[in-house]
Amino acid sequence: MTLRAENISLHLSGFDLLRNVSVQVEAGEVTAIVGPNGAGKSSLLRVLTGELAPTKGAVSFNQRDLNDWPVEQRAQMLAVLPQHSLLNFPFTAHEVVALGRIPHQTGTLKDTEIIDQALQLVDAEYLQKRFYTQMSGGEKQRVQLARVLAQVWLPCKEGEQILVLDEPTAAFDLAHQQLTLEIVRQLAEKGVGVVMVLHDLNLAARCADKLVVFDGGLVAAQGTPEEVLTEQLIDQVFGVKAMISRHPLTNKPLVIT
Amino acid sequence: MRRISSAWLLATLAILLPVIVLYSMTVGTVSISMAEAFSAAVDRLFSSADSIGQTQVILFDIRLPRILLALLVGAILASTGAVMQGLFRNPLADPSLIGVSGGASVGASLMIVLAGGAVESGLLMGLSLVALGAFVGGFAATILVYRLATSGIGTSVTTMLLAGIAIGALAGALNSLLSYFADNDMLRQISLWQMGNLSAANWAKVWIMALVSLLLLVSFPRDSRALNALLLGESEARHLGIDVQRVKRRLIVLTALGVGVSVALAGMVGFVGLVIPHVIRLLIGPDHRWLIPGSAMAGAILLVVADSLARVVVLPAELPTGILTALLGAPFFIALLLQQRREV
Repeated sequence: MTLRAENISLHLSGFDLLRNVSVQVEAGEVTAIVGPNGAGKSSLLRVLTGELAPTKGAVSFNQRDLNDWPVEQRAQMLAVLPQHSLLNFPFTAHEVVALGRIPHQTGTLKDTEIIDQALQLVDAEYLQKRFYTQMSGGEKQRVQLARVLAQVWLPCKEGEQILVLDEPTAAFDLAHQQLTLEIVRQLAEKGVGVVMVLHDLNLAARCADKLVVFDGGLVAAQGTPEEVLTEQLIDQVFGVKAMISRHPLTNKPLVIT
Repeated sequence: MRRISSAWLLATLAILLPVIVLYSMTVGTVSISMAEAFSAAVDRLFSSADSIGQTQVILFDIRLPRILLALLVGAILASTGAVMQGLFRNPLADPSLIGVSGGASVGASLMIVLAGGAVESGLLMGLSLVALGAFVGGFAATILVYRLATSGIGTSVTTMLLAGIAIGALAGALNSLLSYFADNDMLRQISLWQMGNLSAANWAKVWIMALVSLLLLVSFPRDSRALNALLLGESEARHLGIDVQRVKRRLIVLTALGVGVSVALAGMVGFVGLVIPHVIRLLIGPDHRWLIPGSAMAGAILLVVADSLARVVVLPAELPTGILTALLGAPFFIALLLQQRREV
């Protein structure tokens, strides 16, 4: 029970964004959050990462209340990739990824090694010396992904690590979508817990150990992709008639609309 | 635009700065050669007090404090400019955005109008009433802006920018009002003060400025990495383990102090805080670990050069330094912008 939200309600400027939501993110597992626009997916991520305090309920992280962790220690264990980045200063890709090493005291030499490997992993080595402000949307997002990967690159002795990704594949082409999901799987095998918002149900089904389906601020269903993805649920939550089949190679559920 | 190595730039500036300071010693209404200056320095160090000549007085009681004040004010304006641009994630921000300059000029004008002719004679430890008014005004305006932008959930950078603009407009109106009621002599003093002038430098002012500069330049490096992280956005910085609220508060207070004291001692010297960090960033990139010291040295150089020119361009009279910083800085900045536009 690495990162756990218990009976979370979030009430913000007159709206109930989340109602009695309980979600657990385990180390070594990939949890995907899906649901229609405005269902509360990003709100949940913001509560899970401590950006918003829930109106009711509590979030615990590595057996402590999330807010009890000193900020620096928390940053060694919890990395967050936002959907958009505000960065508009001409850092190079290398410098952006280096920001991910700020919480750690591993020394320049080790950091440089990690930064190079992280850039290589997201297929962004060739961007090393290029300016962030001059990159394409997909390139920027890959560099940001490398930054959060660098942040949880080495295990932390304080506790289990969690990586939070908000629609990581939105700006990516097909090849880089696949690459991202592979990276996420590898990371989970290394023991990091991953929680991410995804829009593509098939990507989610292929990659995630657990799906959490949101609808109108409530958890409509959670469980393994096989349990959760049913024709009835998709009709109920998304209002779309779909057929559920099986992927011929992975045997994972395949949503056909 | 291609970058140059930050180590190389810092080394160049570090060599250039003392050379320019030494050269500046020889520049002024009375021309003193390097050799004369050197022998006067030796005399000053090794002979008794009663043999002080005119050259020595010019060099050590007039020029040196003035040059050092220019150096320190330039360094503080430029480094606080770099800090504010990072904190506001806006390359066009400068210390005046948080209300320091506007508040300071109201404080100064108020003192000039209230105290009238007593202003220049009422010296207290070398700090005139005008300087005190400017400092209090600048600091009060900053605190007002900061309070306006701070709510239960933290300080909003956007609200702070807007509040700074509003307070700036208010300060402008108050200034005009004071100018309207001022007589001719006061009006001239107000406008001279607003142009920025280092001619009233003395050792007391240098010491005050040196203490403040030391505090700022020792404090800034420990927040350099936090400023780098802040360029990503505030919540991203928080996720990187930065105590954003504390860093913001510390940097705003230090900036208000530094700029408040600078403006109080040297008047309104515009342009340095905006342009110098921008130029240095174009040259070596936005990493604050190098940007802040680079800006400090380049700002010091610009202000020492501008002040040297101010002493000689309209001999035997002098120009206010603030006019020259803008005259020197603006074309350079425009050239850089054009070059950047061509390369994008």
